[in-house]
Amino acid sequence: MYVAVKGGEAAIANAHRLLADRRRGDRSVPALRLDQIVEQLGLAVDRAMGEGSLYDRELAALAILQARGDLIEAIFLVRAYRTTLPRFGYSEPIDTGTMRIERRVSATFKDLPSGQMLGPTFDYTHRLLDPSIVGEDAEAPVLREADAVQALRVTDLLGRQGLMEPDGETDPHRPVGDLTREPLDFPLDRDLRLQALARGDEGFLLALGYSTQRGYGRTHPFVGEIRIGEVDVEFDITELGFAVSLGRIRVTECQMVNQFKGSAKVPPQFTRGYGLVFGQAERKAMSMSLVDRALRAKEFGEDVVAPAQDEEFVISHSDNVQATGFVEHLKLPHYVDFQAELDLIRRMRAEHDGIQEAAE
Amino acid sequence: MTDPLRKRALDVLAVAPAKALAECWEAFEPKPEHQRIRGPETGLVMVRGRAGGGGAPFNLGEATVSRASVRIGTGEVGHGYHLGRDHAKAEVIAVIDALRQRDAARVDGEIIDPLAALIAETDTTRREEAAATRVDFFTMVRGDN
Repeated sequence: MYVAVKGGEAAIANAHRLLADRRRGDRSVPALRLDQIVEQLGLAVDRAMGEGSLYDRELAALAILQARGDLIEAIFLVRAYRTTLPRFGYSEPIDTGTMRIERRVSATFKDLPSGQMLGPTFDYTHRLLDPSIVGEDAEAPVLREADAVQALRVTDLLGRQGLMEPDGETDPHRPVGDLTREPLDFPLDRDLRLQALARGDEGFLLALGYSTQRGYGRTHPFVGEIRIGEVDVEFDITELGFAVSLGRIRVTECQMVNQFKGSAKVPPQFTRGYGLVFGQAERKAMSMSLVDRALRAKEFGEDVVAPAQDEEFVISHSDNVQATGFVEHLKLPHYVDFQAELDLIRRMRAEHDGIQEAAE
Repeated sequence: MTDPLRKRALDVLAVAPAKALAECWEAFEPKPEHQRIRGPETGLVMVRGRAGGGGAPFNLGEATVSRASVRIGTGEVGHGYHLGRDHAKAEVIAVIDALRQRDAARVDGEIIDPLAALIAETDTTRREEAAATRVDFFTMVRGDN
């Protein structure tokens, strides 16, 4: 328990003024503009949008600036902002099959129809710091004539042969869970798990995904496909009576293909884990797909033996805003609690001394 | 009932960069008088995805959306929606949507088609940039004997 304390108003005001000063830093260095953050720190912006669970580049950039680059603080700011806006409704589900693809790779098929496109990737860079990028303009990208054909999802290619677990039947009347509207009630359906994972902490999901690879809930995964690019967001406009595009968002999708499951009725098929994240966020999408698959253990009749398979453990701890709140509340005044602990330990020590004396 | 041409116009207007749209609208004369019916205002739309890409829907995360509804002097009502917090853009889309109900040919010719062409041009460049990073695999033939 912590208690309300009075006092410290002047200290708080001065601390915030000092924060603003340190945020601005050396005044002889030009102040950052939001468009510079949006354009040049794009992946930080994407992370703040993804885990902030709000797609708006400029707002995410403002949050990063205000948080002095502390991304979890920025995510907190984005989450707080979204509570101030009314909800107009729910979009039509985005169709990643029609994505305008910037990057698409598969670890399962070399000769993929429509090919593998590396896109703007860190892969195959040497990871050597390069001072020459500072203050330099980059060369324009190389162009090459493009296929007019829309690239199919890899899982759809295998699915046609019946080797892949299908996406599943969808009942249009089934309500879609929304954890921003109703508190979580375990066990969860997959829709709520995917929503929680999509906004979950990248580091936490990365570590859990890694743990499944190291044998804690092993699923033997392959990257069926990662694709990054823009999709339309369609929204049903009541006044018009039909859906129109609100514009486009960039997303990263990961289809993780895992080892088989079959039954007396169904021949063995590859199973799948799914990752979908705002922006360009490949590590996060991959981690999400590993954890999504691990959390489907019960559905496939697998033993739940590892942390990554434990839905309540994973989903209760994946949100870094909640986690920050509870961890950081420890620094708030706990004077009364601690006073009680002090009394207790003094009494215990007195009793201890009494026993010692009696023994002598 | 879907009106495919009206939908196409609204799709193009939503996707069009705010600056290009503003320039197109600036050049369009005469502009009608208009009255605001609702907004412009900003809110959220919860964006949905599908499990596995094509399965049951789930809530991916929200996006900021601005919208406006207007009535132009001749009585037509228009609606504008787009991702982001740009109220001016939402209002211009609504006015153009209203005006288009009166004179679709002119609005399509002077605003929608040029913006669609601009979007298509940007898309082509993006596609060609990505295509240049396509991997052309070749197999090393083992030199037996």
